[in-house]
Amino acid sequence: MIQTLVEMFSYNFIIRAFIVGILVSLCASLLGVTLVLKRYSMIGDGLSHVGFGALAVAAALNLAPLEVAVPVVIIAAFLLLRLSENSKINGDAAIAIISSTSLAVGVAAVSISGVNTDLNSYLFGSILATTTADAVMCGILAVAVIVVFVIFYNKIFAVTFDESFSKATGLRTGVYNTVIALLTAMTIVIGMRIMGTLLISALIIFPALSSMRLCKHFKTVIICSGILSICCFFVGMYASYSLDTPAGASVVIANAAVFLIFAAVEAVKTRIIKS
Amino acid sequence: MSLITIENVSMGYEGKTVISNLSIKINENDYVCIVGENGSGKTTLMKCLLGLLPVQSGTIKYSDGLKQNEIGYLPQQTLIQKDFPASVSEVVLSGCLNQKHTLFYSKEQKKLAAKNMERTGIYPLRKKCFRELSGGQRQRAMLARALCATRKLIILDEPVTGLDPKAMQDMYELIKRLNISGITVVMVTHDITAAVNNANKILHLSRNSYFFGIAHQYLHSEVGKKFMITDCPCDECQHIHHLSGGEQQ
Repeated sequence: MIQTLVEMFSYNFIIRAFIVGILVSLCASLLGVTLVLKRYSMIGDGLSHVGFGALAVAAALNLAPLEVAVPVVIIAAFLLLRLSENSKINGDAAIAIISSTSLAVGVAAVSISGVNTDLNSYLFGSILATTTADAVMCGILAVAVIVVFVIFYNKIFAVTFDESFSKATGLRTGVYNTVIALLTAMTIVIGMRIMGTLLISALIIFPALSSMRLCKHFKTVIICSGILSICCFFVGMYASYSLDTPAGASVVIANAAVFLIFAAVEAVKTRIIKS
Repeated sequence: MSLITIENVSMGYEGKTVISNLSIKINENDYVCIVGENGSGKTTLMKCLLGLLPVQSGTIKYSDGLKQNEIGYLPQQTLIQKDFPASVSEVVLSGCLNQKHTLFYSKEQKKLAAKNMERTGIYPLRKKCFRELSGGQRQRAMLARALCATRKLIILDEPVTGLDPKAMQDMYELIKRLNISGITVVMVTHDITAAVNNANKILHLSRNSYFFGIAHQYLHSEVGKKFMITDCPCDECQHIHHLSGGEQQ
């Protein structure tokens, strides 16, 4: 195993993919706790589809992919949050409409421009796709997410737990929701290059859900999902390298396995307590 | 002394006016119950008091150094909270966030949270997970959080909904104790019997009109008589009279 690891890390592109992947996993898992608890899990999925559409259109028009995708996804994030808050429009349906439309636009753009090989790597990710610029941007993003989380930890908790109470006691809930939407959008755009548009939302949802099976305090849920997410990424990448499976899919399978284990432990625990 | 003065206020949402020309005064140490049919504007009034909704016209004034963000609020529980992984003390502490803005909770804030958990009797459960509590224990935790946010006034939105009879009675007793200890209580409720038994004033909202007065008067008012399922037997009245007389001493 150690030999395989040494061999793995002798490739520069793998080191880059690891740096970006670990940082994105960490950011996604932190943001995921609030998103899952606020019932916004599907927003991650919707945003990644929007990201796909934007990337495909950018490629067709020969524009720099990230410079198009980042603003488009950020705008979509605000739109989706607004829609979810507005009780007149069904948030679920809105997400479904936006994600399928962007997927359709993306697929059409790819077929018009005729670069079919890219389609696969957009949808399912590729570790070859990360550049040094991505790694730098990722580092900045990760620092931003962690700093925001530490500074606003108590407020994020309050806004997640009870928005109307927080608002009534003078917390500017709109600001915190906006910050979370912005960071989520950034995380998704950067992460979907490795993980793929169809799989990136798993990084947001799985670690939070797994740790919520067993952890009972908000703080432990956050710490646990951060650690789980990094471990799963590591295991997934190792499996991907040694079994020659796609990186994104392997990481998601690792996350799913952890979720199943945690859910089983929870079930056993409740049974023991009951009896 | 008046704590909240509501003058000629009209309020509503989405362009509709639900309550018009409401003028009432809530005094320090009052226990006011807001009753009325569904859609009569109880929740709208409460949201306006909390500053969650703007009033359409008129003014709501807070006096005696009470700021709008210093009102303790016990909202109805949401679906999100049913499976929320948080300890009781994490929940209660979040009530301290309207005080001076520091990154982490200070020692005084932790003391305040502990004091309020003792007041509502959930201090022994402080390390427990919120989602594992019973309905009554959850409401006590939420009440402790509300108390952290205020020194003077709590607004409760149907605090006994979904509680079993024992928990309900405990909750009413707890609220009464808080009121006696000097906290002004404003409560939206459907439980009219408990409202009349506990509150010193009743605000009955109905379309285009309202009744505001002491609980005893309410029983003999036209709206009160209509709204009570059973007529007020005069024994009951005597009983209430006796109660409110006892408190003034």
